[in-house]
Amino acid sequence: MRFEAPTTVEDAVSLLAAESGMARVLAGGTDLLVQMKSGISEPDLVVDIKRIAALHEISEEDGGFRIGAAVPGIALGEHAGVKAAWPGVVEGTELIGSTQVQGRATMVGNLCNCSPAADSVPAMAAAGAIARVVGPNGSRDVPVEDIAQGPGKSTLAKGELVDSVLLPARPDHASDAYLRFIPRTEMDIAVVGCGVNLVLDANGTCTDARVALGAVAARIFLVPAAADALIGTSVDDAALDAVAAACSAAATPIDDKRGTVEFRKKVSGVLARRAATIARDRAKGTA
Amino acid sequence: MLDKTAENGEFKVIGTRPERPDGVDKVTGRARFGADMVMPGMLIGKVLRSPHAHANIKSIDTSAAEALEGVKAVITAADFTADVPEAEYDTMVNCIAHGKALYDGHGVAAVAATSRSIANKALKLIKVEYEVLPHVTDVEEACKDDAPLLHDNIFTEGLEETPTTPSNISGRVQFGHGDVDEGFAAADKVVERKFRTEATHQGYIEPHACVGNLSPDGTGELWCCTQGHFMVRNSCAAILGLDISRLRVTASEIGGGFGGKTTIFIEPLALALSRKAGRPVKLVMSRDEVFRATGPTSSASMWIKIGAKNDGTITAMEGLLKYQGGAFKGSWVSLGCMTAFACYRADHMKTVGYDVLVNRPRAAAYRAPGAPMAAFAVESVVTELAGELGRDPLEFRLQNAAKEGDQSSYGPKHRAHGLMETLEQAKAHDHYNAPLGPNQGRGVACGFWFNFGGQTSTSLNIGADGTVNVSVGTVDVGGSRASMCLMVAEELGVPYEKVRCVVADTSSLGHNDITDGSRTTFSSGMALILSARDAKQKLCARAAKIWEIPEDAVEWVDGHARPAGPNAGEFDPMSLAEVAGKAETTGGPIAGHHECNARGAGVSFATHMVDTEVDPETGRVTVLRYTVFQDAGKAIHPAYVEGQFQGGAVQGIGWAINEEYIYGEDGRLQNAGFLDYRIPVASDLPMIDTVIIETPNKGHPYGVRGVGETSIVPPMAAIANSVSAAAGVRLTELPMSPPRVLKAMDDAKA
Ligand SMILES: Cc1cc2nc3c(=O)[nH]c(=O)nc-3n(C[C@H](O)[C@H](O)[C@H](O)COP(=O)(O)OP(=O)(O)OC[C@H]3O[C@@H](n4cnc5c(N)ncnc54)[C@H](O)[C@@H]3O)c2cc1C
Repeated sequence: MRFEAPTTVEDAVSLLAAESGMARVLAGGTDLLVQMKSGISEPDLVVDIKRIAALHEISEEDGGFRIGAAVPGIALGEHAGVKAAWPGVVEGTELIGSTQVQGRATMVGNLCNCSPAADSVPAMAAAGAIARVVGPNGSRDVPVEDIAQGPGKSTLAKGELVDSVLLPARPDHASDAYLRFIPRTEMDIAVVGCGVNLVLDANGTCTDARVALGAVAARIFLVPAAADALIGTSVDDAALDAVAAACSAAATPIDDKRGTVEFRKKVSGVLARRAATIARDRAKGTA
Repeated sequence: MLDKTAENGEFKVIGTRPERPDGVDKVTGRARFGADMVMPGMLIGKVLRSPHAHANIKSIDTSAAEALEGVKAVITAADFTADVPEAEYDTMVNCIAHGKALYDGHGVAAVAATSRSIANKALKLIKVEYEVLPHVTDVEEACKDDAPLLHDNIFTEGLEETPTTPSNISGRVQFGHGDVDEGFAAADKVVERKFRTEATHQGYIEPHACVGNLSPDGTGELWCCTQGHFMVRNSCAAILGLDISRLRVTASEIGGGFGGKTTIFIEPLALALSRKAGRPVKLVMSRDEVFRATGPTSSASMWIKIGAKNDGTITAMEGLLKYQGGAFKGSWVSLGCMTAFACYRADHMKTVGYDVLVNRPRAAAYRAPGAPMAAFAVESVVTELAGELGRDPLEFRLQNAAKEGDQSSYGPKHRAHGLMETLEQAKAHDHYNAPLGPNQGRGVACGFWFNFGGQTSTSLNIGADGTVNVSVGTVDVGGSRASMCLMVAEELGVPYEKVRCVVADTSSLGHNDITDGSRTTFSSGMALILSARDAKQKLCARAAKIWEIPEDAVEWVDGHARPAGPNAGEFDPMSLAEVAGKAETTGGPIAGHHECNARGAGVSFATHMVDTEVDPETGRVTVLRYTVFQDAGKAIHPAYVEGQFQGGAVQGIGWAINEEYIYGEDGRLQNAGFLDYRIPVASDLPMIDTVIIETPNKGHPYGVRGVGETSIVPPMAAIANSVSAAAGVRLTELPMSPPRVLKAMDDAKA
């Protein structure tokens, strides 16, 4: 195995593109190293992107925030601007692992690992976040929910990496929330995850919404029916019931060691209702 | 035996909480655990494990692995003789499959190579031809007539007539007294229920690890992480055909055992590889191997029936317990049967147990082996019956609790013990009367464990400066070295800091049984107290020699030799250091020894109380408050007694709520790691409060009872009673994981 630590994105892309065997990007390594140790992944080339200064930046862009691929969870959590605008994305990222893991793990690594249970991704998808993919043929912008193809499998082409994620600008009275269900209190993997992002008008009527579910299908996905159930309402009990029903209906989980189909469908609705309530109260400034 | 008690105000250091002697080393990383040993020329060993739950091994071709550069030895069952004593045969076959893989993870071959990566590569080059057989992992399924059969030479023992067809039920046991039919006929209310529990793992943080070094002349040394190095020595010597005196085993520091390190899994493989390679071999298990191939506890299927009169008197208790012990005999079901009703007095009791074989790893002891599952079932029914009778669950237990002189469920009459006091203190505790919120419930349950004594050998050596070294042969799993030092300090009348304790290797002491059965503080403590008394006698004799008076004219008081009375003469008392300082001229080194098969272990009872909250929409259980009331006899080092109480409760919380072995349709373990085998993390737990009750055990000089195991007996039942109250429906299966609790609540509503 070869290990490279380039200092520019261009060099990283060339290294990845030139490797004839299996190449892997290393960000925080909190997924990759675990996979390598357990023999699940045996790359021929590992390209560490943490030496690329630009990827450590969180910058304002068109009223939103661009978050570099090497920004660890702990840095995101300490960024007042991102926290104020996107508390749901930040809380999803901060749920990853422990304090030690937070010092390393990145939101982009969480995205590119393509686990259906990734904790930062439902909130990012609900936020309408856009990943910037850079490759040998230049760069392209991709909605985060389109990065994963299936568990552990991405839509990135050979030589491509994700350089950053853009969280868009925020109107007034807008907020988001992420909740996951785990049997324990921490150090666990989501059995269901739900991100809700909504915008209210001055009267408290929902004008825009996005709802995403994790861990209940092969990919993290948006639930348009749940968003529709919110838009035009004051996010009252009836709307919340409709959101819950839409999410329970949209979930297509499997029976496995982490939960039954019946349980996960039901809890998808429960979490959607709770996350929507939190997002609403945050948007109103009453949370 | 009991000759010192707190009531007499006799204790000086017993009952204090000094720092543990191994504390600094453990905090700074100097302590050496199983995997920390390195020997010159050492090779790395790896074990190839069966991916099948049940398969005949048609052939094993190791030639490609042997040809790989850096591989120094490859072994299979062919490297072991069949000429192994019966008692060790199953242990050997569990370490390495003989002709048949009996569970997913069963060792099939092992390699030793110059590096880990070469060893891993070599494993992939070993070609094993399997004939996959139908498998069974469920205890009830395994009992059926058409179940896949694990062994064709096992015929159910314990039946009136031994059957002629082989069976997965290796034995039937029965305990009790009276006539349960008569007892139930006299009852006004009867509750009966079925219960299921899944297998759980001891979950010690340190994986099994060892370094074996076996010389061509048949002498060997083994460094390993174990609860009993004498057991390791005897088993390995038997399996490898060595004289036991030729194998010296040293126990490393141990990162938890809880019963799971009371047998061997990799040690004979390391020694066999070393013998073949002519070099030391280190074997360290991965967590995956620990889960798949080392001792979980049994899963169980149980039926319990209890009857009582309207006035609350229990008239009869009956139970049927089926425990699987994995692919070999020995599930501890008999201990489940013996302990099930041990907390109660009733004229009519009966328990029947079946020891069942399935395609799972061989069950190893886990804290009070066999008792916690039975207590879960029995204490659930006791609380339900109390409810049906309109009685407070603690008062109902107080009314029916076993007392001194009562016929026990397991044979002998009860001696004095602290069960009543645990119940009384529980009832009087502010926890019992604290208000509960919505979706919250409170549960109580009792538990019992026998405790054990066993073979013990200790020695005590006094240095020229009057400091003391003591050697024990019982591995220190829970802080026992501190307790040993306290007992010796108490007996000799010297400060705790002047006494140091080591766990000596197998060549340095007589045989010591394993650290199990909550026996270490009881039996090694007793042997050390008697070693100290032996030394004191010798110290008095030395003083007598110095003073030129008769030996019996000297007594040992407060760490000093002094003339026993006015007739003995006028001499200034001599301290331990003063007598020891003159040892060279008075007869040489001064030491004390004791060897015994310790009898008189005192049983320990506990009552646990727990509050939980259930999320009505997800079934998730939060433990809000937990209090343990347990009889310690005498708490030598109260902090470590509390630690045992807390640790048992925490492991019980894991067992109750989330821990379980999950097998797929293919018979393979689905969750062989800490991500999906969910032991509680710190933030899942409230502080576990403890109340130490001290009803001295008359079988120990200071009144000690073992405390390490009883604490895991009541938790699952206490939590089940609490969760059932909070959820409004009786939960009868473990673990009470969110999907299961939610389903039970939804089913109850429907
Ligand atoms: C103890 C522990 C607890 C954890 N808890 C959680 C949890 O609660 N929730 C959760 O969701 N996850 C959890 N994880 C998983 C992991 O920490 C997260 O997925 C984390 O966000 C991964 O980020 P990373 O920077 O460490 O990724 P890495 O391990 O560096 O990379 C992950 C994958 O993405 C690829 N990759 C990384 N960056 C890029 C890029 N810029 N472009 C293209 N490909 C890239 C890598 O090649 C690799 O395949 C836990 C892990 C551990 C060890």
